[in-house]
Order: sequence, then structure tokens, then C-alpha cells
Amino acid sequence: MNTGVFVLLATLLVVAALGVVLARSPIRSALSLVVALFFLAVFFLLLDAQLIAALQVIVYAGAIMVLFLFVIMLLNLQEHPAEMARAGLRFLAGTLASLFLLATIYFTNRSGISNAQGMGAIPDGFDSTAQIAERLFTQHLFAFELTSLLLLVAIISAVVLAKKKLA
Amino acid sequence: MLYRMINPPEISWIAILPVLLLSATAMLTMVADLWTDGPDREGLGWIGLVGLMATAIAAVALWNTKLTSFAGAVVVDRYGLFFTLLFCVAAGLTLLMSMSYLEQTDIRTGDYYSLILFSTVGMVVMATAADLIVVFLGLEVMSIAAYALAGIWRSQVRSNEAALKYFLLGAFATGFLLFGIALLYGVAGTTTLTGIAQTASGATAEQRTLLIAGMALMIVGFGFKVAAVPFHAWAPDVYEGAPTSVTALMAVGVKSAAFAAFARIFMHTLAVMSPDWSAVLWVLAVLTMTVGNVTALLQRNIKRMLAYSSIAHAGYLLVGMVAGGELGGSAILFYLLAYTLMTLGAFSVVIALGRRGQPNENLEDYAGAGFRSPFLGMAMSIFMLSLAGIPPFGGFVGKFYIFSAAVKSGYIGLTVIGVMNSLISVYYYVGVLVRMYMTDGGVEITQPSSRPYLFATLVVAVAGTIALGLFPSTLFEVARQSFLALG
Amino acid sequence: MTAVPIGWFLILGSLLFSIGALGVLIRRNVIIIFMSIELMLNAVNFVFVAFARQLHSLDGQVMVFFVMTVAAAEAAVGLAIIISVFRNRETVNADEFNLLRW
Repeated sequence: MNTGVFVLLATLLVVAALGVVLARSPIRSALSLVVALFFLAVFFLLLDAQLIAALQVIVYAGAIMVLFLFVIMLLNLQEHPAEMARAGLRFLAGTLASLFLLATIYFTNRSGISNAQGMGAIPDGFDSTAQIAERLFTQHLFAFELTSLLLLVAIISAVVLAKKKLA
Repeated sequence: MLYRMINPPEISWIAILPVLLLSATAMLTMVADLWTDGPDREGLGWIGLVGLMATAIAAVALWNTKLTSFAGAVVVDRYGLFFTLLFCVAAGLTLLMSMSYLEQTDIRTGDYYSLILFSTVGMVVMATAADLIVVFLGLEVMSIAAYALAGIWRSQVRSNEAALKYFLLGAFATGFLLFGIALLYGVAGTTTLTGIAQTASGATAEQRTLLIAGMALMIVGFGFKVAAVPFHAWAPDVYEGAPTSVTALMAVGVKSAAFAAFARIFMHTLAVMSPDWSAVLWVLAVLTMTVGNVTALLQRNIKRMLAYSSIAHAGYLLVGMVAGGELGGSAILFYLLAYTLMTLGAFSVVIALGRRGQPNENLEDYAGAGFRSPFLGMAMSIFMLSLAGIPPFGGFVGKFYIFSAAVKSGYIGLTVIGVMNSLISVYYYVGVLVRMYMTDGGVEITQPSSRPYLFATLVVAVAGTIALGLFPSTLFEVARQSFLALG
Repeated sequence: MTAVPIGWFLILGSLLFSIGALGVLIRRNVIIIFMSIELMLNAVNFVFVAFARQLHSLDGQVMVFFVMTVAAAEAAVGLAIIISVFRNRETVNADEFNLLRW
């Protein structure tokens, strides 16, 4: 049953992901990405990561994807007839991606973690937001402070590049 | 219980003083921009220079300490401080040349200066990070500022396109780096470098398999950042399209910062795995040197030629990583210092030959320039000979240290390939000098002495390149101590 | 879900990652290329969360938190770059750029 749920969700997720890559119009691609993000959020819930699942929906599927859709509509992008790469390049890219996948499967098998038992019960409080907050403000405090700088840089960069007047 | 107290970790503010000073300077420049007006924004550059000076002083003052801060996420050791000083020099010279260069461009925003400083903050964080999360965030602070800088000349189409290409490939590379970090985390159960080092030294055969996969992905990620072949395709276009001063910062600062984190993780944290990664880096080093140098022969644009030259130099640095050990590590640090000075110098000459609306970036434009401006000719000769590895300049000594480290570690074949590549490179570096002194041309040149900031940049770069060549032993000792501080 | 071994998650994660990488290589519309990169980052997030669950360590989830922040920052800057290119060239097709053909 559990395996069944995994296979079902995985199939839906992969279909949505392929939709992002293969859709003709950018809008369809973006909407496929939103669907994929939602399936990922479901996976996160099943993996006892409630906070991350909520953030996934609010920040990723919500804020970031809306920004994408906004830009697509702002630039009024239509389907482009010659939008795919040349056949040779497509073949090369497909080969590389398949090789990458095969390599991961090989390494995963050799490392023995695919035969391992399931994940076992979680310890107390593993799924609580309070514990994540505690990690965030102790072990990862510097990284947390650094993100404030990162966001500042991103704001400056976006303004410098996109503001209307060429001062 | 409604809430619980979180006890913050021990914070050593002294340890992060360089980062704090630098971030404060960057923010100060950003705010001061509100009160500056018109095309003259040199004042912002001066604020930046003073801040960089203060940062460098703080780094020197911390030299004899080894501090960790923020629960071990940051480690301030000589290795990190060496790179902090290197980035101060690189950013300082970039600011100095920009103060002259911006006049000949349409870049009319003071944010240019603060973005350079923010990018430098990211570099310093990368060099002093002791946690993969911090490495990743430092890399992003540096890169996002660099993406914006590449596209900051907004009226120029090629600057826009350079930013786009740099951004897309940079973000692509970030994906690989992150996947690598995820696998390392999956094996070690932590992202701290000490934790990963412990896991690596006692790894079972199964754990090693995943570590190898993680390392391979991280090599791809860092390979993009340092522009190693076959992950170099973005570099020539981006270097050509970006404003020249930004290209200089990318070729020098971004590359050194990537090497700082790359070497700390691979030569220290994952040193026990070196039999697994050094073979891969061997191949990358050979490809990078050969493709970089051979393609540079075919270039007609000086910025593109310098881009391929910087790819080739990444190859020499990879040789140092393959050689490994104390000698290889110290040689990398020394080489990066020499590379920084001579490359920044070469790009300043490119700026000096350009004029407003007339960038003069083709090699033909260099014809006869050596006679019309003897100072520029002399400076360019020194940089080109140093880049080619001809004594008595810094580049020669750097190559000497790198190749002797490789010989001592038994990589004779690699050394032979490296030396042959050096010989190939002489052809195109000296080719520039031949054009400057043996052909006639009519490109009008603004004498560098009339542009004080650019003149100062050139003087510092020339003096540094010569000093590194004449008195290498002191600086090599500093580099050696810095590298030894890792272990 | 807990009966499924971690290896399956890793393989699913790398499948998503390679689909994203494929998109970067075969598409010419820069916005779709960028969305493929977002897909790659999400594949990595998925691997982080699965490892966090397996190892009973919250660091993986904290890492996802940071990756999301970075993705948001990159989205803002990336889309600003795309807009600035579009202003000058009125296209987002990589083949029509001088520098972006690869």
C-alpha cells in the first residue's frame, strides 16, 4: 500500500515535470511546474516535513511562480515555432540526462541504501516547527543572518536591472 | 508551555569583524549613493577603498588567531584570512580602475560600487565558511551581485546578454553543487565540514560510494564557477560582454573565491578521498589547460583572449590541487595572488586603450600602441610576460611552484603537459607585444597619466607583479603558513 | 510512506533533476530554461527532505529553507535580467541572441 502510494505520486510528479520541459507554451510550462510543486508538497507531508510542505505551497507555488507567470504575461510570450534545440543537441542532451540517471541508480544500488529497510518511526518532536526554529537559530544562525544580506543584494540587483529610467 | 527559550550559540564578533566591516561599507556606499549626483561618483569608490583598507587591517590583526564563531559555522584561520586579503586587493584594484572606467561607459548608478562590495562579502564568506550551507549562501551572495554587475551597462545589448548567459549557467551550476551537498549530507548526517571530514575518514565501502557521487557533482558545480573545461562554455561570451572592470572582478575574484572553497573542501575536508577525486581533476586539468591555451591562439578580441587565458590558468591551478599536500596547496595560494595582480593589470590596460564609444578591444587596435604610450606598453609587456610564465615576474614563480609540487607528488606526465601548454601560451601573449611594438596603427590613445585612478591601478599591479617575481620566498612562506592553518 | 527505502527517493530525485537538466539543454525559451532550473532545485530539495527523514536530522529541512530563499532571490534577479534583455531585443529565444547560442 505504502509502496503503491509512492509509485502513484511519483508517476504524477514525473508527468508534471515532463510537462514543464516539453510544453509548447511558457504558460503551460509554468502551470505544469505549479502542479509538480504541489505533488512535491504532498511528498514533504508524507515525509513528516509539514513546515516545508507549507512553505513549498506558499512561497514556491505561491510567490515565486506568480512572479514567473507575471513576467510571462508582461512580455506577452507566444508559442515559438522553432523553439526547440537542434536535433543533434536534443539527442546529446537526452543521452547526457539518461547517463546521469543511470549513474545515480548505479551509485544508489552500490551504496546499498535502496535495499535498506524503510525509514522507521520518527523521534519525538521531529515534525514540530519549534525544533526547526531551534536548529535555525542555534546551529544555523550565521546562515540565517547571511540570507538577510542575500535578499538585500537581490533587491538591489533587481532594481538596478529592471528600473525604467536609465538614470 | 507557550514558548521556549532558544539559547543562541557563542558568537565571537571579533572573528567575523572582516565580514562585518565589509558589509557595513557596502551598505554605507548604498546609502551614500542617495546624496551623490551626476556622473561623478568617485566618492563612493573612495568609501569602498577605505572600507576595504579597514577590512584588510582587521584581517592582518587577526593573523595570529584561529577563531570559530556561530557554533562553528565560520572559521577564521590563516587560510581564510589570506583569501580575505586577496579579495581586498582584487576588489580594491577593481574599484580603482572603475573610478576611471565608468566615465567611458553609460553606467550611471552608484549601486555599481555597492554591488562590487557585496560580491566581495560573498567571496570572504566562502573562504571562511566551515559549513556547506554557509559556502552555498556565500556563493549565492557573490554570484547574484556578479550577475547584476555583468548586466549593469543596460543600454548595451551585449552586456544584457552576458548577464543572462552568466545567470542561466550559474544557476544551472548551483543545482549540481547543491545536489552534491545533498549527497554529502545524506552520508554524514550533517553539513559541517568537520562532521563530513570525520565521516569520510571512517567511511565504509557503501558510504564511500555515495561520497564519490557527491564529490563528482560538486566538481561539476565548482568546475562551472572556475570555468574549467568542459564547463567553460559561458566564460568567453560573458567576459567579452560584461563591462571590462566587471570582467576583471569575475576573472579574478569569483574564480579565487570558488578555488578557496573548492580547495578547502577537497584538499582538507575530503583529503582522505584524494585517490578518488585526483584522477578526475587530472583529466580536468589537462583538458582545461589545453583547450584554454589552444583556443586563445585563435582569438581576435583581447577580452576573449584573456577569457581563454583565464580558463587556462584555472587549469594550472587544478594541477596544484592534483599535486596536493602542503606544496600543492601553498602553490595554489601563491599562484592565485600572482594571477590576481597580473590579470587585473592586463584588464586595466584594456580599459586604458578604450575611449568613450570606442572600446578598442580588437587585437588590431593594439598596433603601435607601445610607442604612442610607452608606459602602457611597458605595463602590458610585464603583464603578458608574467602571464606567459617568463622570469623574473610573479607568474613565472607561481608556475614554478605549481609544477615542482606536481613533480614532487610524482605527476611527471601532468607536469610535461603543463609546461608544453605554457610554451603554447607564450605565442599568443607575446603576439600582443609584437603588435604593440612591431606594427603601425592609428588608434588614438588617452595617456594613462591623465587618468589618475587607472594610472594608480597600473602602478600597483606592475609593482606587485615584479615584487612577487623578485622576492617570492617571503610570500610563499605566508602562503605556506596559510595553507598549513587548515590542518 | 515509511516502508519505502531511501534509495527510491534518491532515484526519483535524480530523475526529476535529469528532467530539469534536459529542459535546460533542449529548450530555447529562456523563461522555460529558467523554470527547468527551478525544477532541478526542487529535485534537490526533495532529496534533502528524504535524507532528513531517514537520518532523523532536521538540518536537511533547514537546508531546504535556505534553498527556497535563494530560489526566490534568483527568481527576482533572473526575471529582472530577462526583462532588461527583452527591452533591448524584444525576444526571449536564445537562438536570436548573439552570445547565447550554444
